[in-house]
Amino acid sequence: MSVVRRIWSLSVIPLASIVLALLVGSILIIASSPASQGSLDFFLPIRAYESLFEGATGLSFLNIEDDGVLAFGLSVDVERALRALTSTIVAAAPLILTGLAVGVGFKAGLFNIGGTGQVLVGGFFAALAGAAVADQPVPVAVTLAVLAGAFGGALYGFIPGALKAFTGAHEVVVTIMLNSLAAFAIVGLVNDVFKIPGPTFARTGNIGNAALPILFGRDGSLGVLIALAIVPIAYFLIYRTTLGFEIRTVGANPSAARYAGMSPRWLIVFTLSLCGLFAGLAGTIEILTLGYYPAVFGTTIGFAGITVALLGRSHPFGILFAGILLGGMRAGAPAMQIQADIPIEIIDVIQGLILLFLAAELVIRRLLRIRGESVTPGELQSVSRSYGEGSA
Amino acid sequence: MEFLYDLPVLGFIFQLAGYLVGAVATTNLAPQTLQLATPIALGALCGVMNERSGIVNIGIEGMMLTAAFAGFMVAVFVDEAMPDVQPSAFFGFTPALIIGVLAAVAAGMLVSLLHAWLSISVRADQIISGTVINIIALGLTGYLNRLIRPSGSAGTFNSFRPPQELIDLPVVGWIFRMFLSLGPISMSVIVLVIVLQVLLFRSRWGLRTRAVGEHPRAADTVGIDVIWLRYRNVVLGGVFAGLAGAWLTLEFNASFQNGMTANRGFIALAAVIFGRWTPLGAFGGALLFMFSEALGVAIRSNPPAGELGVWLSGVQSTYPSLYNNAFSALPYILTIIVLAGVVGRSIAPAAVGQPYVKEGTT
Amino acid sequence: MTQTVSAPALEMRGITKRYPGVVANDHIDLQVKPGEIHALLGENGAGKSTLMNILYGLAAPDEGEIHLDGSPVRISGPSDAIARGISMVHQHFMLVPVLSVADNILLGEETMANPIFLDRNEAHRRIVELGERFGFEIDPEVKVGSLSVGWQQRVEILKALYREARILVLDEPTAVLTPQETKEIFEVLRRLAAEGHSIIFISHKLYEVLEIADRITVIRRGKVVGSRIPSETDEDDLAALMVGRNVQLVVDRGESHPAEPNLVVSGLTVSDDRGHVAVKGVSFDVRAGEIFGIAGVAGNGQDELVEALTGLRRPTSGTVELGGKIVTGAGPRALQRAGMSFVPGDRHRFGLVLGFPLEDNLVLTQYDEPPYSRGLLRNDAAIRERASQAISEFDIRTPSATVATSTLSGGNQQKAVVAREFTRDLTALVLDQPTRGLDVGSIEFIHRQVIAKRDAGAAILLVSAELDEVMEMSDRIAVMYRGEIVALVDGPTAQREEIGLLMATGRREEAALVAATTSMAADAPVIDHSEAPAPAPRQPPAPDEPDPGEPAEPDTGDRS
Repeated sequence: MSVVRRIWSLSVIPLASIVLALLVGSILIIASSPASQGSLDFFLPIRAYESLFEGATGLSFLNIEDDGVLAFGLSVDVERALRALTSTIVAAAPLILTGLAVGVGFKAGLFNIGGTGQVLVGGFFAALAGAAVADQPVPVAVTLAVLAGAFGGALYGFIPGALKAFTGAHEVVVTIMLNSLAAFAIVGLVNDVFKIPGPTFARTGNIGNAALPILFGRDGSLGVLIALAIVPIAYFLIYRTTLGFEIRTVGANPSAARYAGMSPRWLIVFTLSLCGLFAGLAGTIEILTLGYYPAVFGTTIGFAGITVALLGRSHPFGILFAGILLGGMRAGAPAMQIQADIPIEIIDVIQGLILLFLAAELVIRRLLRIRGESVTPGELQSVSRSYGEGSA
Repeated sequence: MEFLYDLPVLGFIFQLAGYLVGAVATTNLAPQTLQLATPIALGALCGVMNERSGIVNIGIEGMMLTAAFAGFMVAVFVDEAMPDVQPSAFFGFTPALIIGVLAAVAAGMLVSLLHAWLSISVRADQIISGTVINIIALGLTGYLNRLIRPSGSAGTFNSFRPPQELIDLPVVGWIFRMFLSLGPISMSVIVLVIVLQVLLFRSRWGLRTRAVGEHPRAADTVGIDVIWLRYRNVVLGGVFAGLAGAWLTLEFNASFQNGMTANRGFIALAAVIFGRWTPLGAFGGALLFMFSEALGVAIRSNPPAGELGVWLSGVQSTYPSLYNNAFSALPYILTIIVLAGVVGRSIAPAAVGQPYVKEGTT
Repeated sequence: MTQTVSAPALEMRGITKRYPGVVANDHIDLQVKPGEIHALLGENGAGKSTLMNILYGLAAPDEGEIHLDGSPVRISGPSDAIARGISMVHQHFMLVPVLSVADNILLGEETMANPIFLDRNEAHRRIVELGERFGFEIDPEVKVGSLSVGWQQRVEILKALYREARILVLDEPTAVLTPQETKEIFEVLRRLAAEGHSIIFISHKLYEVLEIADRITVIRRGKVVGSRIPSETDEDDLAALMVGRNVQLVVDRGESHPAEPNLVVSGLTVSDDRGHVAVKGVSFDVRAGEIFGIAGVAGNGQDELVEALTGLRRPTSGTVELGGKIVTGAGPRALQRAGMSFVPGDRHRFGLVLGFPLEDNLVLTQYDEPPYSRGLLRNDAAIRERASQAISEFDIRTPSATVATSTLSGGNQQKAVVAREFTRDLTALVLDQPTRGLDVGSIEFIHRQVIAKRDAGAAILLVSAELDEVMEMSDRIAVMYRGEIVALVDGPTAQREEIGLLMATGRREEAALVAATTSMAADAPVIDHSEAPAPAPRQPPAPDEPDPGEPAEPDTGDRS
C-alpha cells in the first residue's frame, strides 16, 4: 500500500471523528445561543470556531463587519501568529505526555485512567524538590526538580501496576480511586505540612531556580522540549526494542506472553510505572511553570490524555499530532470565550464528543462508507475482558 | 468496663468498639450511613443490572451526574413556574420535586441507552464507552450550568419522622431510626435492593439475565433474544442511576455543583465487586464504604472517650486538613483494599465485557 | 425397528447456503425417518454444522425447503425450532457452568409458578422423571460446572427432552467422551429411537458412525457425496467418500530406536488453580528417539502435568530432568534454552498472538535470542528471513509473512506453531493436542513431522484426548487417571478396549478382563440394537468428583 494511502487509512477515522464532533458541537452552540446571545444565532458556531482557530494559530480567515456581516478575508499578523502557535505548543506539551501515559498503557492492554492522580503527584514532588533546591544553580535545580516529578509520577503508576500484577485488582477502578486519594492527600499535606507562611492561599514554597527556563516566545519553556523529546523515545522503545515487543505481546495475548517466556507481571508493573512517569512529567511541567503547588490544584489534562491517546491511535507519533490538535483547541478557547461569548467548557464537551465518535467508529464507517483502520486498539479487548478476572 | 480502655494496645480497640456501639445507638451514625450510602447503593444496583447482563459499565458516574443536573434544572424550572405551591406534609412533596425526580430518571435512562447502543450494537469497547459518558457528562453539565446559571432552587424532600416510641426501643430502636428517619429516595433503597435480589434469583427474568451474562450463546441457542435483553436491562439500570442523581440534588443538597458526584459512581462499582454482583451484597458494600465517612462526621461532633479520643483530638488540632481529608479518603482507600483482597476471589459474570455476535453474522 | 411406510419425520430438499467466498451447503438433500438414527459424516468444515444450524433456525437457507412430517415449514429461529420439536445438542456445550442442572434445563422454556417466579419444584420433579425414563438418575440442583463431561452431555439431552423434542440433532457428541461413556450414550440414543424420536448424529468418527447409525449421509465441501447403510460399507469406503481420495488413515510410523532417557520425571506433584492436587507423584521417562503418549480423559491432570513440564506452573514436589540437568520449577524461557519445545493445546490462547504478523509469531519463543534480538534491539531483517524460511519449509499457505496471523486457517496456524517449535535442536518435545480441529491433510503433515523428529533423536511426549492419535503414534502409552499413571503399555500392541477402560476407570484388572472378553465377543452373534438390555440404574455423581462412568458389562452385544 502506498504511503499516502496508508496515512489516509490510519487517519480517516480520527479526522472524521473530529469533524463530526465539531458539527455536533456547533449544533449545541446554536441551541444554546438564546441563553448567551438572546436569540438563535446560526452563525455563532462559525464565529466561535474561527476565533478558536485564530487563538490557536493566529490565522484569521473571517472579518466581522460592524453590522455583523461575515466577510471572508485572510489576515495574518506574524507576531500574533507566533504567539498563538507558541501557546498551542505549550498547551500541547502536557497533553502529549498524558496521551503517552494512556497510549503506552493501551499497548500493554492496560487502561490508565489514573493520569490525573499521576499528574498531581508528579507535580507535587516537583514542587517540593524545587523548593528544596531553589537556590542551586539553574541546571542542577531544574534537573533535580524534573527528575523528582518523574519519579513521583512513576511511583503513582507503580501502585496500580503492582496491585494489578499481584492481586488482579483491575486498574480502571484502582486508578480512579487513586486519583481522588491523591487530591485528598495532597490538599491535606499542603495545608498542614508544606504550607509556607506569607501568601494569602495555601501553597508550597517558591521553586526559585528550578523554574523551567523559557526557550522561545513568552512561555515556550523547556517543558515543550521535554515532551517533544519523549515522543521519539517512546516510539523507539515500543516498536524497536525487545522490551517493547514484550509489552505489545502482553497487551495482545498475556497467555502467549507467558508461554514465550515473558513475565506479564513485571511487564504490567513496568508499563504502568512508565505511564505514571509520563503523566508525572506532565504535572511537573505545569507546576514548574506555575512556580509552586497550590493546595487545590485542578487540572483536566489527565482525562484529556485518553482522548489524545485514542485520537492518536495509541501510537507515539499519532499522539504527537493529536496532542497538538487538542492543545490548539485549549489555546484558542479563551479567545473564543472573549470573542464569541461561549463558556470554555464547550471545549470539554467537544473533546468528549470526539471520544464518542472514536468509540462509535463502526457507525462512522457505515455512515460515511469508509474503510479505515480501527482506532480502538485490539489490545483493549484484553482490558475489558480482564475486568472480571481475578489475578493475572 | 472502662478499665478495658486503659489496656496498652488493645485498649484502643476496645475504645473504638465501645465508641461505635454507643455512637450507633445515640448519634446519627446509622441513619447517616444509610443516607450517604444511598447514591452508592443505587449506583451499585445500576451496576448489577448492567454487569449481570454482561455489560461493563464504568459510566455510572456520568449517568448520575447527568441525572442530578437534569433533575435539578427541571425541578427549578417547574418550581419557578408554580410559585405558590405548598410542600405536602408527606416527605415535603411538591410537584417540582416529583417532576424533577422523573426528569432525573429519564436522563439516567437516556444516557444508559447511549451506553447500551455503544456497547451492544456498535460493539465499541465498553470501558471506553463508559469513559466517554463520564467525560461528556462532566463537560456538558459544566457547560450548561455555566450557561444557564440557575438561581434559586427547588428545595429538597424532607425526611420522614418515625414515631418516637419506635426510636426509644432499647436494643433495636436505632434500626428503626436508621431505616425510617430518611427521605423518600433513601427509604426506597432497601426495598429496591430486596426486590431486585429476589427477582434476580427467583424469577424468569433473573434466570435469563444471569444466563446471558455468563454464556450468551447458550441463551441464544434456547431462543432468548440476547440483544433485546441487554438493551432492556441496561436502560432499566439507568433508572437506578437516575434516582441516585435525583437524591444528590433533590434530597441531599438543594443545588448543583460541577462534578458533584465526586467519584461516587466508582465507589458504587467497587460495591458491586465487593458484593459479588448481588444486590444485597452491593448494598452491604455501600453501607461499609460510607460508614467511614459517617464515622468521620460523628467523631468530629462527638469524640470518643478515653485515650483514643484524646489522641484523635490531638491529631485533629495539629493536622486539621489532613484529619478531615483522611475521613473523606477512607471510602476510596477501603475500595482499593477491597479490590486487592476480594477480587481475586470474586468472580464476575463470565461473559462480562465481551460484545455478543450472533452466530452466522460477521 | 419396524417402520410403517409414512412420511419421513424430516426432509430437507435442495438446501443451499452461501457465505462470502464459500458455498457452505450446495443443494443438499436429507431424509430422516421417525425412530431412525441418521449419521451425518464429513470433515471439519464440510458443511454439516451449517446444515444443522439451518434446521435449528440459527441460519436461513438461500435456497431449498424443509419439510416436517410431510408438510413444508419455515423455521424462523431456535424458539421456533424448539416449538416444532427440533432440539440441538451442540458440540461445545451450551450450558452455563454456574447454574444448576435444573436452571440450565429451564432456561428458555421456564416452568412458571406464576407470571414472575419460577416453579423449581415442578421442574425438579419432571427432570428426575425424565432421567429415569431414559435410564439415569440425576440431581437437578447440582451445578453443571461440577459435572463430568459425560454427565453434561446427558444434561444437554435432557434439555431437549424437556422440550419434548421429536428430532434430536447431536453435533459431535462423543468428541469428549471416553469409550465407556460413548457406549452409555449410545444406549440412551437407542432407547430414544425406540420410542420414535429421530436422531441426527453428526460426526467425523468412522467407527462410531458405523456402530450407531441406521443410515449414513456423507458430506464433502457442501455437497452430499453418498448415502450408505452400515452393513454395506466400511471405514475405508467412508473415508474415501469423506475426503475424496484414498487416505492413508494411519501414518506409517516405522520403527523407533530409543536411546537414553532425555526427560525424566520423578514423583511429580502439581496442584491446580484451586489448590487441589491434580498430579499425584507421577514418574516416567521419555527416551530419545521415542514417542511417549499419555492417554486419558480430559481433566485427569494432563493439563497440569504439561504446564509443570513446560514451566507454566510450579510443581509442589518431585523432580524433572531434561537432558540430565535438573530443571524442576524452571520457567518457560529456561526450559526452552535447555532444549525443550512445546506445542500447546490451545493455540489461540498460548501458541500464537493472533493480532501479530505471522513473522513475529514464527519467532515468538525465540524473540529474545540472537539473531532476532541484539541486546535491547530487535533485528527485523533476521526475523523476516527466518519467516520466509519457515513458510517454505513447512508449506504454510499465506499471502505473505506480514499478514495478521488471524487470517490463516487453523491448519496453517498450527503449522506455524510447529514450524517454530520443531526447528530447534531438540532434547525434548512436548505436544499437547497437536492436531485438534485440523483437516485430514494437515493432520497427516504434522504426524509425519513428528515421526521425523523422533527419528532425529528427540524425546517426544504426546498428550492427546484423541485416543486414535495416541495409539497410532506412540511407542509407549501411559494412561492417566485422576492424577496418576495407572498403566504403562507398549504402543504397537495396545488394545483400544483396554486403554479405554483404563481411561475411564483406572482399574487394571478389569481392563485386562474386558480385553480378553471383547476378543471373544467378536465372534458372538450380532444383536439388534432395539432389544439391547437396559443399563443398570446409576448413582448420581458426587458434586466434586469427576465421574468415571461404569465398568462395562461383558455382554453388551458390541456390533463391531
